[in-house]
Amino acid sequence: MLTERDLKRKSLLYRKALLRLIKASGAGHTGGDLSCIDILNVLYNRILRVKPETFHGFDHDYYIQSKGHCAEALFVVLADCGFFPAGDLDKLNRYGSRYIGHPTRDVNGVEQNTGALGHGLAVSVGIALAAKMDRKDYRVFTLLGDGELAEGSNWEAAMTAAHYRLDNLTAIVDRNGLQITGSTEDVCQLAPLDKKFEAFGFSVQRCDGNDVAELLRVLEAVPFRPGKPSVVLARTRKGKGVSFMENVAKWHHGVPNDHEFKSAIAELEAAEAALT
Amino acid sequence: MIEQSQANLEVFAAALLELARQDSDLLVVTSDSRGSAKLAPFAKAAPGQIVEVGIAEQNLVGVAAGLAAAGKKVFAVSPACFLTARALEQIKNDLCYSNRPVKAVGISAGVSYGALGTTHHSLHDYAALRAIHNIIIVAPADNFETREAVRAASQLAKPVYLRFGKRPMPHLPRVEPGFELGKASLIREGADLSFLATGEAVAPAFAAADLLEKEGIHCRVVSLHTIKPLDLAAVRRAATETGGVITVEEHSVNGGLGEACAGSLLQQGISARFKIVGIPDEHTVTGNQQEIFRHYGIDGPGLAATARRLLESKVSDQALCSNTRLR
Repeated sequence: MLTERDLKRKSLLYRKALLRLIKASGAGHTGGDLSCIDILNVLYNRILRVKPETFHGFDHDYYIQSKGHCAEALFVVLADCGFFPAGDLDKLNRYGSRYIGHPTRDVNGVEQNTGALGHGLAVSVGIALAAKMDRKDYRVFTLLGDGELAEGSNWEAAMTAAHYRLDNLTAIVDRNGLQITGSTEDVCQLAPLDKKFEAFGFSVQRCDGNDVAELLRVLEAVPFRPGKPSVVLARTRKGKGVSFMENVAKWHHGVPNDHEFKSAIAELEAAEAALT
Repeated sequence: MIEQSQANLEVFAAALLELARQDSDLLVVTSDSRGSAKLAPFAKAAPGQIVEVGIAEQNLVGVAAGLAAAGKKVFAVSPACFLTARALEQIKNDLCYSNRPVKAVGISAGVSYGALGTTHHSLHDYAALRAIHNIIIVAPADNFETREAVRAASQLAKPVYLRFGKRPMPHLPRVEPGFELGKASLIREGADLSFLATGEAVAPAFAAADLLEKEGIHCRVVSLHTIKPLDLAAVRRAATETGGVITVEEHSVNGGLGEACAGSLLQQGISARFKIVGIPDEHTVTGNQQEIFRHYGIDGPGLAATARRLLESKVSDQALCSNTRLR
């Protein structure tokens, strides 16, 4: 089992890997990948009860990535967890490749094709409901972008999750506060998100979504209340870990040039050195 | 005279209950639509196998996809107008693209809701779904085809769109017994002209064939219950073995069965007298389903008149894919 310190190191390795991937493939959602990577790290290395060997049955924990555009983060973590060889990612976005810029079931370890926003929560509700109907103990986790919460389908699904008392369902909001146009609060105000989810019947916890120790503490505590679906409002920074990308909307899908790439990797390596 | 029977919708609900009794993994998901889908008896008989999501069609299809991802055999049931318009993206991505073998069931389809108007009509569903990869589109003509289609769809590990109306449908005779998805059903044999029809438009085509028979015009009537994949061979035979083709559908003349048939014939290098009968591209007239059908010539006399005109014309006079309206 990975310790908190191992997880911290992993997060840095994942950041470097996803930047390499974006640089090599010439495309990617850099800012969001960097904001959600710690969440994926903690989920796949400590929380989710799913392995490449158990993935193809029905009785395992499920992860649905509703913010599908951050596929690079998911692919880097799935490769590290042994779902496919990391070298496969050399083909990302290449002609004829099954590795595209969004999660698809053509990639081992991916549960559901996503990319259009506002789809993941309803699918997660269906999976969680099936577990309740069959009295199975698997759990469902889904990662939502904050910008995508403007999609009304999320709130339809939220009502259903509460109605069926799906306490085996946890939604994690990557609350980086930025979307492609700018601040989520300027585009279409989300606050107060905690009260909104509470009103829809969720039990809500907040945490620093770029702090693996906090994420671990919160995600190990689900469900927060029996009989209620859980939501984690994970406060993150878009572009986290690379100073010049942090909180800058243009890095939503910016690809670093050679100079930017080198300095980003150097920053992450310095952080790695500081860990020891 | 053909004997009147039940609405296809009622037969669907009964067939589904029969399947549910044999398989506890079969689930029906509804969006406040159990009443209009005639599923109240199902809910009473199998309360553990029906899931309600409220008036939320996007949610209906998303939740259905999730249930299927967890191994359930799911029928997602909602009025066709809402299911295939509001939840089109969920059908495209959550079902078809993700290959979740959910059966999306569009009830009270076409102009079944009559005078309730355009919000409640589904005249776009074939066109929209034909352009989406990985879905089978089925509109059964009568109770027999409905029962068979529900059974066949339940066995398929693929997304299927089933479309039903709510008016009692006559039992149609059949030249050949049996039913197979993707294979046209020959309802009546004839060499002078072919009606290629689908769903609740097959019965009017049959009525037209009856009228024409009395004038010595022998019409073939084919139920193209599966709109996708289309039975290309049956369409080809109709065009080459008979004197012309009239397609009939309870759908816009744009993008539906007629254009699918026309396109397949052209690409097979076949030219034929050809007419698409459906709902023209205009604000749909007010009326009940039968009145709307009559208004647009989708009834026995209207289709017979179209047939006579088609037979009088030369192949070169026929404009493909024109909007049909009786002058």
